[in-house]
Amino acid sequence: MDRRSFVRGVAGGAALAGGQLLLPSWVFAAGLPSGTLESEELYALPGKQPLIKRSYRPPNFETPVAQFSDVITPNDRFFVRWHLSSIPEIDPGQWRLSVGGDAATQPFELSLDQLKRDFPQVEVVAVCQCAGVRRGLSDPHVPGVQWGYGAMGNARWRGVRLKDVLTKAGLGKDAVEIAFDGADTPPLQVTPDFVKSIPVWKAMDDNTLIAWEMNGEALPHWNGAPARIVVPGWTATYWMKKVVSIRALAQPVTNFWMAKAYRIPKGKFATVDRFLSQETAENTPVTEIVVNSLMTNVAEGQKLKARSPFVVKGIAWDGGYGIRSVDVSVDGGRSWQSAQLSPDPGRFSFRPWQYVFKPPSPGKYVVSARAANAIGASQTEQLVFNPAGYYNNVIQRIGVEAV
Amino acid sequence: MKRSQAVLALAALATCASASADETKIKMKDGAETTTLVANCSICHSLDYVQMNSRFMKRAGWEAEVKKMVSVMGAPTNEADAAKLVDYLTREYGVTE
Repeated sequence: MDRRSFVRGVAGGAALAGGQLLLPSWVFAAGLPSGTLESEELYALPGKQPLIKRSYRPPNFETPVAQFSDVITPNDRFFVRWHLSSIPEIDPGQWRLSVGGDAATQPFELSLDQLKRDFPQVEVVAVCQCAGVRRGLSDPHVPGVQWGYGAMGNARWRGVRLKDVLTKAGLGKDAVEIAFDGADTPPLQVTPDFVKSIPVWKAMDDNTLIAWEMNGEALPHWNGAPARIVVPGWTATYWMKKVVSIRALAQPVTNFWMAKAYRIPKGKFATVDRFLSQETAENTPVTEIVVNSLMTNVAEGQKLKARSPFVVKGIAWDGGYGIRSVDVSVDGGRSWQSAQLSPDPGRFSFRPWQYVFKPPSPGKYVVSARAANAIGASQTEQLVFNPAGYYNNVIQRIGVEAV
Repeated sequence: MKRSQAVLALAALATCASASADETKIKMKDGAETTTLVANCSICHSLDYVQMNSRFMKRAGWEAEVKKMVSVMGAPTNEADAAKLVDYLTREYGVTE
C-alpha cells in the first residue's frame, strides 16, 4: 500500500468513526516518482558506505534517513552531489588555490600547507544541505535530481576564514561578489563551468570558511578534497568543492549556474538573507536553509505496540537562527505537543529531539513533526510550489499502526 | 535498436575515462531512438537521469529538457535527432495527456 492509499484508509476509518473526514487536506502528499524508485539502489562509491544512488555520472547519492539518528553525519555516509562529471583526484601537495579577481589588489596563490600555516584555524559544526533536497516529493513533480530526504549532512568543518584570505588579497571596496571555481569540468567545453558566487557580506562572515577537514579527517574526494568552501546557514550550492580559484568581482557573475539555476520566485518564501546583486524583478537566488525537521526512526506503515511508549526521534535545523521548538502531532496535524530538544551543538547544526508517543489504543496514527526557529519561522503545511523544486520544508506525515 | 544493443553501446562508452563503471547495467527501454539517446546524452551523463525523471513529464516537459541540454549545456544534437529524442522520451518515460 502506498502512502496515499494508507492515509486514505486512515481517513476512511475516521469517517466511519466520526461521520466526517477529519484529516486536513495537506495530509495527501506525493512520494518520489515511479521511475525514481525503480532506478534507485544502494551503492557504495569508492571510500563510501552504500548510499542511495540517484545518478551514476555525475555522481548523485543521498544518505539513508536512518543515518540521521547520529547528529554528526559520518564522512563515509555523507551525501554526494556533482553537476559536472570530470572530477579529478587532486594530490594535496600539488593543489594550489588562486586568490584574486578584478576587485582584489594583491592576488596570490596558496598551497595547502600555506593555507594551514598562514591563517588562524577555526572549526564550525554546520549542516550542508542541497537547496533541492526533497525535490522528488514535489507535487506536481518537477525535473531535476529527484532527491528524497537525504541530500544533506551535518559535519564539523575545520579550515580558515575566507575573510582572512580575502583581506590578504587586498579586497577592494568595489567588490560585490566573491566567485568560486572548483576543479571539476564538463566533458564538453561548451557546457557552462560550475562557478558560483556569494555576496561580499556573506564571504566576510566569520563563519564562512575554506575547509580541508571534516569530522577530524581530510575531506573525502567526493566531498571536495583537498579543500572546499563552507558557508554555514546557506544551501550547499555555494559550498564549492575542490575549490581552486577565489575571485573578488566588481560585477555580478552572469553564468548559467548563477543567472538561471538555483533561483526561486520572489515573494514566495520567508527567507531573510538577500543576494541583491543577483536579484531580478521575478526571481532571486536561493540563500539560507529554511527551517526544517526530519523524523529518523519512523517509517511508513511501521507497527507500534499499543499502550507502550515509543520514542519518536528526529532532528531539526535552519539557516543559523537556531531551533526554538519542535512540536509533534500523532493525529494528522489536528493537535500538537512539544518535543524535548537535546542540547544544542551549535546554531548551524542539526538539533536532535525526541517525543514519547504512547498509542492509547490499537489503530492507525499519522505522525508529524514541526520545527520553529528563533525568529518564528516554521515549516509549511502545504508545498510552496516552485518550478525547480527548491526549499521543500513541508511537514512530514508518516502513517503508523499501533497493534 | 534492441535492449542488448543499447547495453553494448553503453559498455563501449564505459571504456571512456569519464563513464562510471556501474552505469553499464542501466537498461533503457527499447526503441528505434536508443542509438541517438546513447550518442547524444551519454556524453555528459548516465542515462539513469532519464529513468529518475519519469514518469511525470508530458511532451512539453521533455521538449524543454532536450532544448535545455542543446541550447544551454551544448549537446551536439541536430534538430532531427532532438525531435526523435523528444518522441522517445515522451513515449517511454513520459505521460500522455
